[in-house]
Amino acid sequence: MSGSPARARVSALLLVAPLFLFLAAFFVWPLVMMITVSVTDGTVRQVMPETASSIRAWDGSGLPPQEVQDALIADLRAPSEQMAFGDAVRRLNSEVSGFRTLLSRTASAVRDAPAGQPIHLAAIDPRWGEGRYWQALQRAMPNYTDRNLLAAVDLKRDTEGSITADVSANRVIMVRTFTIAALVTLLCALIGLPYAMIAAASTGWVRNGMLLAVLLPLWTSLLVRTASWVILLQNEGLINKALLAIGIVDQPLQLIFNRTGVIIAMTHVLLPFMVLPIYSVLLGIPRNLMPAASSLGASRLRAFWHVLLPMALPGVASGSLLVFMVALGYYITPALVGGAEDQMISSVIAFFATGTANWGMAGALGLILLVATTALYLVYGRLSRSPNMVGA
Amino acid sequence: MAAHSPAFRTGQIVFGAAVVFFLVAPVIAILPLAFNSSVFLNYPIESFSSRWFVELQTSETWRRSIINSLIIGCGATVLSTVIGTLAALGLRNARLPFASLLRVMFLLPMVVPAVVLGVGMQILYTRLGLASTHLGVIVAHSVLCVPFVIVSVSASLGGIDGSIERAASSLGANPATVFRRITLPLALPGVISGAVFAFATSLDEVVITLFVAGPNQRTLARQMFSSIRENVSPTVAAAAFLLIIGTLCLAGLAGLLRWRQSRLAKATASEAA
Repeated sequence: MSGSPARARVSALLLVAPLFLFLAAFFVWPLVMMITVSVTDGTVRQVMPETASSIRAWDGSGLPPQEVQDALIADLRAPSEQMAFGDAVRRLNSEVSGFRTLLSRTASAVRDAPAGQPIHLAAIDPRWGEGRYWQALQRAMPNYTDRNLLAAVDLKRDTEGSITADVSANRVIMVRTFTIAALVTLLCALIGLPYAMIAAASTGWVRNGMLLAVLLPLWTSLLVRTASWVILLQNEGLINKALLAIGIVDQPLQLIFNRTGVIIAMTHVLLPFMVLPIYSVLLGIPRNLMPAASSLGASRLRAFWHVLLPMALPGVASGSLLVFMVALGYYITPALVGGAEDQMISSVIAFFATGTANWGMAGALGLILLVATTALYLVYGRLSRSPNMVGA
Repeated sequence: MAAHSPAFRTGQIVFGAAVVFFLVAPVIAILPLAFNSSVFLNYPIESFSSRWFVELQTSETWRRSIINSLIIGCGATVLSTVIGTLAALGLRNARLPFASLLRVMFLLPMVVPAVVLGVGMQILYTRLGLASTHLGVIVAHSVLCVPFVIVSVSASLGGIDGSIERAASSLGANPATVFRRITLPLALPGVISGAVFAFATSLDEVVITLFVAGPNQRTLARQMFSSIRENVSPTVAAAAFLLIIGTLCLAGLAGLLRWRQSRLAKATASEAA
């Protein structure tokens, strides 16, 4: 290229700028926003701004001073949006049950009371005389919270603020996600390694055919492949019909809407990601190594174990990481082929985000998945020395 | 390879054939069902019928979803190919600071789980007012398509012999002319195959669409997803048939371009020698 170095640098920067800004706005920002939403908690603060600022100084023992109570009365008197108020009530009710009735009774009493007359909260409802409702109010006020992150791993803060166990199924689902991903990775490695070895050792149309068989599913729409598995695995599907015809089983096996179906379909979908890295590593191994090993007296098993396998191992490692990483975030296949007991972390995230609009929880679980995937990707990038994924 | 026992060879052949069958059969199994007259999406084939393809065109939801897929696919392809190609050209320049860091960032959308990005996009779009708009879905799909464009264009730019460009500018061509007459034509196969990848990616995207699209942006893939989930109608097989044929054509096009490119690269290399 001609031109001065400085000009070349500026033009390179200008070329990269549109994509950089685009991804900053529509890739980085959404992720930052998701993380922010998972650690912020402004619902109560938003409808009770005065209470929020005055309760901060309270030490939490006994009852808060009168000015806090006045601030609450002022907040309840001020007109607030119905939906925001409902969100705040729900949030407080999750801290101490009974807050819903307490607040609605207090709010209507405060609004009906003639202006200028002093109001005693404890007279409206004796529960205002208990410290725990005020403590709950104080706990719900800070802008930043770890309750979503804790809830994502089945923990919560008790009234004293120390971390305790909570009843929820998130940990079970995380263990399930890791188990399914690990099992699929193992199956892919067990099938993919010998397959890649046979393909690398063969020549001509056999090798091309074997590679085409790997690339064809990779090129086919994921939805089409999953739909196919739904057809094949159903009770009256081809697989069950074939098994019945051969006489292996007397009645159809339950293959769909359970773990078996999810594992089979995911192994099929992810197998190419295992075969291709192993294959490319095997191609780099000199072809005369195995004959050399046997000419030196090694048995075939020994030659395989001490020569071929160690050299193929980097391919197996990067293939396994890739499969495991992609499997962790899988959504479509478990959603269509699995039952209720086979849903992975992605389904739970989607449920919180689209089903209940609980973005705080969706964000917290999403953050966990994001951290796990990014860590695996960094290891993968180190191993394969190239940030590109296979198939691209 | 050294001489193997016949049993070992047979074992290899059986294993290889079984895996090939496992990989290919499910993709093919769904195709004949698109022409089945039965209302159940299952074998046996009762009789040949094209009623499900008619259904695809006449049913309002399916027709609308095909149109949406084409609109969104084309939009995402144009957007991601233009900014992706520009960025790949910038990344090629050795003087670009933080080039490797930028490259990693540009490829990251391929790595981040779609559900995670979907949640973030949903939150962002609700604030920006982009939720349930065609533009919003196009932008979301473009984020996913960009890495494929970068990889593809970078590969073809990497194959260009820099001495040709230097020769052109030493003969008096200004940088714009060098780019227009030399760089762009040589990079074009990569750009087109990147665009093909981008279109295929958008066509197959479901997860992010679930989060950011409303009923009016329902794409073909999204419609297939809910159709498989709710009522497995053979229309799904007809849609799958169209998708497979479509992607095979696109894959063929991309393969043809790669072949042409490697031939071009060989030709330029031998001319330069």
